Amino acid sequence: MMPNFEYVRPTTVAEVLTRLAAGGARLHAGGSDLLGCLREGILVPSSVVSLSGVAELRGIGELAGGELRIGATTTLTEIASHPLVRQRYPGLAQAALLVASPQLRNQGTLGGNLCQKPRCWYYRGSFQCARKGGDTCYAYAGENQYHCLFGGETCYYVHPSDLAPALVALEATAHILGRGGRRVVPLEQFFLLPGQDFQHETVLEHDEILAEVVLPAPRPGAAGVYRKVRERGCWDFALVGVAVWLARSAGVVEQVRIVLTGVAATPWRARAAERLLLGRKLDAALAARAGVAASEGAHPLAHNAYKVPMLRGLVEEALRSLA
Amino acid sequence: MAKKNERDTKRCHGGVTRRGFLASVGASTVGAVVASRAAAAPAQQRESLEGMVPCTLKINGRHHSLLVEPRWSLLYVLREELGLTGTKQGCERGECGACTVLVDGVARYACLTLALEVQGHAVTTVEGLVVDGQLSAVQQAFVAEDAFQCGYCTPGQVMAAEALLRANPAPSDEEIREGMSGNLCRCGAYDHIVKAVRRAAAARRAGGAR
Repeated sequence: MMPNFEYVRPTTVAEVLTRLAAGGARLHAGGSDLLGCLREGILVPSSVVSLSGVAELRGIGELAGGELRIGATTTLTEIASHPLVRQRYPGLAQAALLVASPQLRNQGTLGGNLCQKPRCWYYRGSFQCARKGGDTCYAYAGENQYHCLFGGETCYYVHPSDLAPALVALEATAHILGRGGRRVVPLEQFFLLPGQDFQHETVLEHDEILAEVVLPAPRPGAAGVYRKVRERGCWDFALVGVAVWLARSAGVVEQVRIVLTGVAATPWRARAAERLLLGRKLDAALAARAGVAASEGAHPLAHNAYKVPMLRGLVEEALRSLA
Repeated sequence: MAKKNERDTKRCHGGVTRRGFLASVGASTVGAVVASRAAAAPAQQRESLEGMVPCTLKINGRHHSLLVEPRWSLLYVLREELGLTGTKQGCERGECGACTVLVDGVARYACLTLALEVQGHAVTTVEGLVVDGQLSAVQQAFVAEDAFQCGYCTPGQVMAAEALLRANPAPSDEEIREGMSGNLCRCGAYDHIVKAVRRAAAARRAGGAR
């Protein structure tokens, strides 16, 4: 059984921040990742601060300018089934529906999904790896079939979230609350590559909380999709996932984001593929070329080169579905 | 099959059950162990009591007030503190679904849920589906379709099916497979499980069945 801890369930964000500032605390939203980390000894907090009593952190609502606000403790099921999400941001609804299992979607939250700890089996196992303060990454020369193609440095895990790429594709912003007030960060900059900081996954300070994510108002002519390949047809993390969001005028691509998951420690923008699409009409041939461009800069490890053709095919397939 | 199960259920309600017998024998042994441990390490015992907090849970319509350690999962409290052993412990990491229960009618893994988190919510376990000795439509359908072999995953499968049908009374086969995708069956009774869910859905829609 995991070590014991003090459990508190505040009702306001201000109380939560006070608890975090005191140190040694970990946030509990859905609990599905936290309890795993506690059992595996990845996290050993002296107190667990439950967010389930903080009503202001939960729910989905339209803002005055047409943006959509999603509270951090909104569940994945609520996101996947919300009429405004399904209608205006179908790629996000698809991504939420492809996370894990119905039970975990009922429990898992937006904030928890974005802030989950790495799933690398060395990190989760009893290896004192670099990310845990040791001096080596065991995956680099070890069993690295589920590890990264891009941005690896000191640590080679992949961000496992399906929501993160869908939200980055939509140009979402993360709203962070701390004792100094609110700061807004483009979600793309919310995640940290190991080269930036190999022991923290996000820009959150220990006394800050991700309060909500805000999506820009939908643009006319915009379309989005999320695709994911996994080893099982259900309940599995993405080997590779891709979120595409694009806006067209008279068939010509004016804006586009192609964001991969399962290939880097952060959601990974396929910028070369994006550049290829801009100013052109999307057809099957262009989709295939964009697939190849999306793999530019990939550095496979010993056992994960299969992800390169996989991501090419997945990007091509996602783009063809929007052509 | 259905008749045999009915007989067994009645016998269990009337007399001594295998589980009850084992539990009572186990309790006296455990009592002796606890007593000797308390004598050997009184400080340790006190420390763990100090770490306990009051907790009120509503399970299958009944209120339970007890002391829990904050780290105790709902699964642990159900099985070890309340004797509700219908909910099974499998992987304890949210991968197998054996511990599936309903919280406010929605399926959730009890192994990844702190007991303290469900205070103020209604928990339903597989025991709660039986009313006056009568199995629910889902349970009856699992029996009728032979939707298990060893049966260990069955309480979790039944609860997942119950949640699915409450949210979607007429699921397609694809929706059934998706709705049941959080539950593993090592015996591989999946086709029968899908048939059972289909049968339960029809029985509930026809009315009369719970």
